[in-house]
Amino acid sequence: MLIDHPLLGLRDSSEFIYMGDAKLLNRPNWKSKNSKTKFIDYGYLRKNPGGVHKELWYHEQGDRSWLVVTRNTVTHEILKVELARYLKRKENAK
Amino acid sequence: MKYSGIKVLWEGLRGNMGWKPLWRNPDPKKSYDIIIVGGGGHGLATAYYLAEKFKITNIAVVEKGWLGSGNIGRNTTIIRSNYLLPQNQPFYELSLKLWENLEQELNYNSMVSQRGVLNIFHSDNQRDAFVRRGNAMLMSGADASLLGVNDLKKMVPFLDFQNSRFPIKGGLWQPRGGTVRHDAVAWGYAKEADSRGVDIIENCEATNFLVKNGRCYGIETTKGVIKSKKVGVCVAGSSSQVMGKIGINLPIESHVLQAFVSEGLKPVIPGVITFGAGHFYVSQSNKGGLVFGGDIDGYNSYAQRGNLPVIEDVCEGGVALMPMVGRARLLRIWGGIMDMSMDGSPIIDKTNIKNLYFNGGWCYGGFKATPASGFCYAHLLATGTSHHDAKDFLFNRFEKGRLIDEKGQGNQPNLH
Ligand SMILES: Cc1cc2nc3c(=O)[nH]c(=O)nc-3n(C[C@H](O)[C@H](O)[C@H](O)COP(=O)(O)OP(=O)(O)OC[C@H]3O[C@@H](n4cnc5c(N)ncnc54)[C@H](O)[C@@H]3O)c2cc1C
Repeated sequence: MLIDHPLLGLRDSSEFIYMGDAKLLNRPNWKSKNSKTKFIDYGYLRKNPGGVHKELWYHEQGDRSWLVVTRNTVTHEILKVELARYLKRKENAK
Repeated sequence: MKYSGIKVLWEGLRGNMGWKPLWRNPDPKKSYDIIIVGGGGHGLATAYYLAEKFKITNIAVVEKGWLGSGNIGRNTTIIRSNYLLPQNQPFYELSLKLWENLEQELNYNSMVSQRGVLNIFHSDNQRDAFVRRGNAMLMSGADASLLGVNDLKKMVPFLDFQNSRFPIKGGLWQPRGGTVRHDAVAWGYAKEADSRGVDIIENCEATNFLVKNGRCYGIETTKGVIKSKKVGVCVAGSSSQVMGKIGINLPIESHVLQAFVSEGLKPVIPGVITFGAGHFYVSQSNKGGLVFGGDIDGYNSYAQRGNLPVIEDVCEGGVALMPMVGRARLLRIWGGIMDMSMDGSPIIDKTNIKNLYFNGGWCYGGFKATPASGFCYAHLLATGTSHHDAKDFLFNRFEKGRLIDEKGQGNQPNLH
């Protein structure tokens, strides 16, 4: 698989480390209500869809940025690649 | 149908015209006592043990494809009971004991071949870890012994003992481990379950569950609605997809694992050999092909095919361990979808929905577990309580912090 890194262009997926579902970007607040249940969900439960999946890839053998890759788990087609820090910054600005 | 030497001779004399299909091809009835969703090894074994041990025979096994189309017909066929943790090891030893008697029990030749499993180690630390593992195996009633370099030189002289990066220091040897003809396991269980009255319904996909007031009372399928007092899900790599139909998220990611077979070679590899410095395991099939594998590809996938970097990695591991395989040509590669759990161990448990049960999370080690998984799942379905040797394979271990993590890798499925 080739991942179209927003800064570096097409890179071989073997340069990356895979971290799974991009829901990991949304760590629950430990002070919130039901935070225990939320953390169990955050740590252990996954949708694991057959089809479009937003997931985290870390460019370890490259510029060490975290990417959010939107990929089809049935065909391995990569639909979108974004910088995780950019997404988070945009979200926090809201 | 009963197999025997006399039957083979008799059929040979009569042009082999008297052999019959091993199982019927029934239409689903309106209702059953138990429906098993998924006709892989585990589902069929469950149906067989329900019928044989618990005398429940009003059962249907619904399979979306044909029997053996899932991981049961895709794996590298290794069986062993060399786990470390007390929650796992007795279960896998139970499984190995069931394998040892399987062919007699099913009257079917599944080619259970206890040719031994050898785990090579390459450093003092790794030896210490293997000694500990060997002791855990012995304590569970399994067999294990530690072999030194001289023993290995006699047994497997073709290994690269002087490898400058990963010199070989010895091996952990389990003589009772080995290989089994994988799809014959599905066929054998299917034959004996069917002959006890279990309906095996192929090309019938479960599309949803019938649930009312928190109770499951059947399933919707591509062949219509089938009611049942209990439903047992057992669909390996498709676990999240099936449980997702009623909104249950599992502690599971689906990943692709590839298997490899070389051209046929003369007998050279005596048993199963695993590399200790990379991920590579190999055995030789009765037809002579080297059957080998390594790591999962490492990203969520339902594609049943993998990518080239892992193929390269597996082949490098093989050549580092036994350079002689470097010139063997690869004949076939394929992939299967693994239900990788968050701690690398399986789940055999009830769900939050009454009368709905779940079996999955086998990672890439579920073939060896087939008999015990069926046995313990049948126990749970029939009695409502966990079997002693599977009592820790529960959903709530994640929230309780009682993970069964053989490798100590944490909640990262692609590292297990
Ligand atoms: C390449 C590879 C190598 C492996 N090597 C080993 C090994 O050496 N040793 C070892 O112990 N294990 C190994 N494994 C793991 C082992 O094969 C699996 O863990 C085990 O087979 C899973 O259980 P099963 O046989 O029930 O799965 P499957 O055979 O996959 O059964 C699940 C069945 O459910 C069906 N299904 C799915 N969805 C539905 C639905 N909605 N309705 C009806 N049916 C449905 C599927 O069609 C499938 O037939 C390997 C796996 C692979 C892929």
